Amino acid sequence: MSGTFVGMPAFPEAAHDAVADPTLRRNLRHATHTIRTRRAKAVGELADWAELREAGRRIKDHTLRHLDRYLVQLEESVTAAGGTVHWAADADEANRIVARLVAETGESEVVKVKSMATQEIGLNEALEAGGVRAYETDLAELIVQLGKDRPSHILVPAIHRNRAEIRDIFRTEMGAWGRPAPEGLTDTPAELAEAARLHLREKFLRARVGISGANFMVAETGTLVVVESEGNGRMCLTLPETLISVVGIEKVVPTWRDLEVFLQTLPRSSTAERMNPYTSMWTGTTDGDGPRTFHLVLLDNGRTDTLADRVGRQALRCIRCSACLNVCPVYERAGGHAYGSVYPGPIGAILSPQLRGTGSAIDASLPYASSLCGACYEVCPVAIDIPEVLVHLRERVVQGGPAVRQGNRVVLKPAKGHAAERAAMRAARWAFAHPGALRAGQRLASRTRRLHPRTLPGPVGAWTGSRDLPAVPAEPFRDWWQRTRGGKDGTR
Amino acid sequence: MSGRERILGRVRRALADVTPDERPYEEAVARGYLREHGDRTTGRTVELLAENLADYRAVVHRCTARELPDLLMRLLAGRGSREVLVPPGLPPGWLAAADPVQVHDRTADTAARLDQVDSVVTGCAVAIAETGTIVLDGSPDQGRRRISLVPDHHVCVVRVPDQVVSSVPQALERLDPTRPLTWISGPSATSDIELDRVEGVHGPRTLEVVVLG
Repeated sequence: MSGTFVGMPAFPEAAHDAVADPTLRRNLRHATHTIRTRRAKAVGELADWAELREAGRRIKDHTLRHLDRYLVQLEESVTAAGGTVHWAADADEANRIVARLVAETGESEVVKVKSMATQEIGLNEALEAGGVRAYETDLAELIVQLGKDRPSHILVPAIHRNRAEIRDIFRTEMGAWGRPAPEGLTDTPAELAEAARLHLREKFLRARVGISGANFMVAETGTLVVVESEGNGRMCLTLPETLISVVGIEKVVPTWRDLEVFLQTLPRSSTAERMNPYTSMWTGTTDGDGPRTFHLVLLDNGRTDTLADRVGRQALRCIRCSACLNVCPVYERAGGHAYGSVYPGPIGAILSPQLRGTGSAIDASLPYASSLCGACYEVCPVAIDIPEVLVHLRERVVQGGPAVRQGNRVVLKPAKGHAAERAAMRAARWAFAHPGALRAGQRLASRTRRLHPRTLPGPVGAWTGSRDLPAVPAEPFRDWWQRTRGGKDGTR
Repeated sequence: MSGRERILGRVRRALADVTPDERPYEEAVARGYLREHGDRTTGRTVELLAENLADYRAVVHRCTARELPDLLMRLLAGRGSREVLVPPGLPPGWLAAADPVQVHDRTADTAARLDQVDSVVTGCAVAIAETGTIVLDGSPDQGRRRISLVPDHHVCVVRVPDQVVSSVPQALERLDPTRPLTWISGPSATSDIELDRVEGVHGPRTLEVVVLG
């Protein structure tokens, strides 16, 4: 397993091995089913869940509609509170800014809080290239880092590993990164957690630079919020002298009060808890408490391109809870790696092709990595209509058309390999525009129905390998309607 | 062109199709949800706090002001603590009966020094019954953030009914965003191994909450 997503094949190929791996299937099934049931219970405790979801949707939509205004307000608030704000249009710019800020401290190692944004831009690799070692401190991120693996879930990046695999990784790899795993380490989760505690303790206590993301940024006050469980976040946000937070521009919310919605919906959606164990909130710097220097790096990296799409922009409402992954029948079977992005699952299938464009094989295939069952939409705490965006992106892949890439308007060409689909759609359009031809065709199909094959011929036959072709009725609907006036004449 | 101008320009172009909504924010975003869930007496709210704290494996004790010094003495002794961290403004009587050496958090102390201290005793800013959460805001009876983080045993005293609210919305109303805030719901935990919750990773592995009233 390599640690990169570059050059990924299309989803069906990438998923092929995963679907055939019984250990992976078992790990994923166990984990997703456990959390699914518990989430439903945690959500069921709140009688006003639908109203909270609607308020969350509206807050995010309103913010996105006035994103420029709230970003400027956020910058003012953070600056007034003693922080410094940087703007990064893409991954390279963000990595350069962070590398420079770390270099200015003179340190050669940093401790990191789990952050999707820094995963997305490949910050660890960029820092490594500049001679700075980044230590992941979230337990699952640690498992991924030690195992030279890739994340496969938004919340629990090592969800594809079971306890025995984790023990093996700790035993063989921990020593190379610092304190080795204790002698005789077993695979009980409590012992594994203890091993991680001991391994990371020395790193926290000596750390001078911390790097984080944030779940929310409040424009009104300049407050950043990190929601976590283990306390590694508190360590990284509190003990170092310098704190650098890399945050996507869509994470801003207008007011302090808005947190009352998301602090109720996020923990219940993501870990199925009434409240996660630890939430840290900080506003700039505080004399005598925590880091003396605070930098906020605001990251675009495809978000404004996504914002330019009228249908697709709703993906920016996402609060990264991962409830959609846990209910998805495709994710449960294919696992996270096949999605070729740090954002797997249903949200990844609409986010990655928008952040990165639909140019690569994997990104053009992601909108199809779904049965459109809609379970993701049901559980989404900010009501992102994922199936709607998937269908919209399928259209973009097949038809091409106008889009925005890196801030520039472009016209996308139709993707290769969809010629038959396009021809069929053109034929359908013609037929529906010519009622006489449609009627003649339907009558012909009805009269010849006895002669129709049960399966399709040639290469398209695979489709009927597990499906029946729809039966053609003895009489076309429109003929029946004309004859009976919609059944009112009583004859059928 | 700076990154700032580039990003703001892209945002404005991306929103060219959107008609600005100039209504006041609170009007534009309807909030149909509840301010609190259910109708409870104050006593019942305090009970709910205790239940929810215990549900996430915090150890809950109840006592009166007169009983507090003895209780804290027993909790620290039961843990075998030799040293206890004390925030600068902890009411002096609270640890009057406690045996461990009282350590004050000095700026010059390293995190490694704090790591040798067994326990910490703090007050809190507010506690939320519906979620079983205590919130610290760095006031003098709570001290800076690191003292309630590094020691493995945290004893937090909640004054009831004054410091207890029912819900998250009510808690945010009471809190000052300019202060560094730490929301704590039970001891450190993780769900990272097979999505099953295990208590005890980096934060204090034992959280004891004293409900004082």
